Amino acid sequence: MYKIVAKQKLSPVIDYFRVNAPEIARKAQPGQFVIIRIDETGERIPLTLADWDSKEGTITLVAMQVGTSTKKLGCLSEGDTILNLVGPLGLPSHIEKYGTVICVGGGVGIAPIYPIARGLRNAGNKVISIIGARTKDLLFWEDKMRSVSNELIVITDDGSYARKGLVTEPLKEILEKDKTVGHVIAIGPAIMMKFCSMTTKPFNVPTTVSLNSIMVDGTGMCGCCRISIGDGTKFVCVDGPEFNGHEVDWDILFNRQRIYCDEEKRSLDAWHECHCQKA
Amino acid sequence: MEEKSKPKLNVNRVDMPRQDPKARGKNYKEVALGYTAAMAKEEASRCIQCPKRPCVAGCPVNVDIPEFIKALSQDKMTDAVKILKSKNSLPGVCGRVCPQESQCENVCTLGRKGAPVAIGRLERYVADWDLGNKMKAEKAKLPPPTGKKVAVIGTGPAGLTCAADLAKFGHKVSMFEALHVAGGVLMYGIPEFRLPKHIVQAEIDYVKSLGVEIRLDSVTGKLATIDELLKDSYDAVFLGTGAGLPMFLNIPGENLNGVYSANEFLTRINLMKAYLFPEYDTPIKIGKKVAVIGGGNVAMDSARCALRLGADEVYIIYRRSRAEMPARHEEAENAEEEGIIFKFLANPKKLIGNDRGWVTSMECDQMELGEPDASGRRRPIVKPGAEFTIDVDVVVVALGTTPNPLIASTTPGLETTKHGTVVADESTGKTVKDKVWAGGDIVTGAATVISAMGAGKRAAASIDAYLHGNK
Repeated sequence: MYKIVAKQKLSPVIDYFRVNAPEIARKAQPGQFVIIRIDETGERIPLTLADWDSKEGTITLVAMQVGTSTKKLGCLSEGDTILNLVGPLGLPSHIEKYGTVICVGGGVGIAPIYPIARGLRNAGNKVISIIGARTKDLLFWEDKMRSVSNELIVITDDGSYARKGLVTEPLKEILEKDKTVGHVIAIGPAIMMKFCSMTTKPFNVPTTVSLNSIMVDGTGMCGCCRISIGDGTKFVCVDGPEFNGHEVDWDILFNRQRIYCDEEKRSLDAWHECHCQKA
Repeated sequence: MEEKSKPKLNVNRVDMPRQDPKARGKNYKEVALGYTAAMAKEEASRCIQCPKRPCVAGCPVNVDIPEFIKALSQDKMTDAVKILKSKNSLPGVCGRVCPQESQCENVCTLGRKGAPVAIGRLERYVADWDLGNKMKAEKAKLPPPTGKKVAVIGTGPAGLTCAADLAKFGHKVSMFEALHVAGGVLMYGIPEFRLPKHIVQAEIDYVKSLGVEIRLDSVTGKLATIDELLKDSYDAVFLGTGAGLPMFLNIPGENLNGVYSANEFLTRINLMKAYLFPEYDTPIKIGKKVAVIGGGNVAMDSARCALRLGADEVYIIYRRSRAEMPARHEEAENAEEEGIIFKFLANPKKLIGNDRGWVTSMECDQMELGEPDASGRRRPIVKPGAEFTIDVDVVVVALGTTPNPLIASTTPGLETTKHGTVVADESTGKTVKDKVWAGGDIVTGAATVISAMGAGKRAAASIDAYLHGNK
């Protein structure tokens, strides 16, 4: 059992948790993820680490309520416990001195890009960050991102806050102007990572994406998270979660993310029914 | 001179009742129902207590089979339990999933005249009696603590056996498990209808009752590494992490939706209880026409699970013929009775999908058998011009597994083979790395529960000897 020591609402549908997990906090590195199972009937879902504090013995998770598991998680409060929490899983981000690096965080992807940007900054890079959300309500951690970036660009799809547009627009502008950019890292919805990769391709700037596949065990056992990359198949859980965005077969990733679309609706309906009866 | 009267040979074994094939194809309850007391006693009385005792040598953990059968036949159930559990900490599991037909029963003296004694069924009966009596029969007397600590990585059959034996030697044992339940393949792999999970849990609880600590949610190598465990707290380490990595066919279309590894398919069902969706949150795609590729026990389990989920038609696609199939005869027979359709000498070469990325059909080569290969089985070769296509909406790939590289890749000084298995001495389980032993599928590649248990047992003895020499 893993106790939630702090909870905040970052938006009506995005929750922030600090969870007691000292062993994981001691080993965690940027880019890694954990698998959680909320209760006895729960599924195992991966969440990329948003932060950790080895002294306090906690890890930070940020999740958007989209399906049954993230809604169940959202119902938990400070003092409640998460039944199972395992990690840190996956390979850490490759942190080195590239010169100038662009970190793109879209939606809930802002959370995991934060420790990576911090790691890159600490490694001596000039970090330009672009964070974006569909609308103002879904945007969070602007200050935190500013604190680890040399330059921060904020953008919303609908223009309700800061610049209006998509993250790929400033990304392209910077790449056109600044020829010293050595690396781009993009984390967010799969479609955003695809378009970021397409944007950087003509500039030949190596681009890392952090893939959010469906997983069960998260340790290489089931192969549910497999993707096509280059000529081969890789498991996101053990070979990733970070990959070269220029090599990912995005169509297969999109398809595989939708495997349980119908079941997710059924599960959510069943949960709502049960949850509303309880309420 | 007094002449002993020769016991009358009974060459027919007592049948074990099973659920009706039609009914059981729709539920997850155990298929084999076990002996009644009367059946068990009758079957036990068939054992002639021959002096050679070939069955004991045929058992990878050397259970004193004639003794426990004799106790059973004399209604001394408590003794039967004690005898059985002194060598085997997981008798309820072994009585159900051991391939007795190729081990103890294969060498039974009675087998030369007729049917060998049904040792597995009797083992199961004794274990279930013990469980039914809340395991009061055997309170293991533990020796005084030695003060030595051993870390056992993985809580499958190899690890559990090694841990139980080490605890019985007086050592303090901590087990590390990556998943949220202990038991390894016994929990995530073998289905409820063949090995009920409450039986596995009861036997794990027995191991815990010996003083073994089990730490769940702990991925060794990601949390502490083997070197850190040895440096910080432990005098020795046993690696029993099994062969958890699924093999795929490497044919086009394998990443289409609806294509599962058997590991994923079975884990969703057994560990995550997807068959109870949406009561349980983990979903699974229920196919109408399901093809399971492979001919082992895991393939049989997958096919029978697919049927129970509600598939209309379930195929086993196997590239050799029935005679070469590695599955236990009993399991193939159970599958066939339940309506699984076997397609032999068929080798998938391509999976075809629709515009939404879902698998819709499978192209196969028709094979024929050529000369024997390295395994001694006749090698399947493509029959030219005889390919065929079958419609499928779920495909389960059950081609076997290899060890997870996580431990080897984070443990300098371990020797591994090109198949990813860890090199260890067969009789002791000792690896080339100081203070590290290994056993089970991580050493042999995917094999049986009982062979993993045998390896765990041998390693425990070797670790014990080492720890005593090291005092």
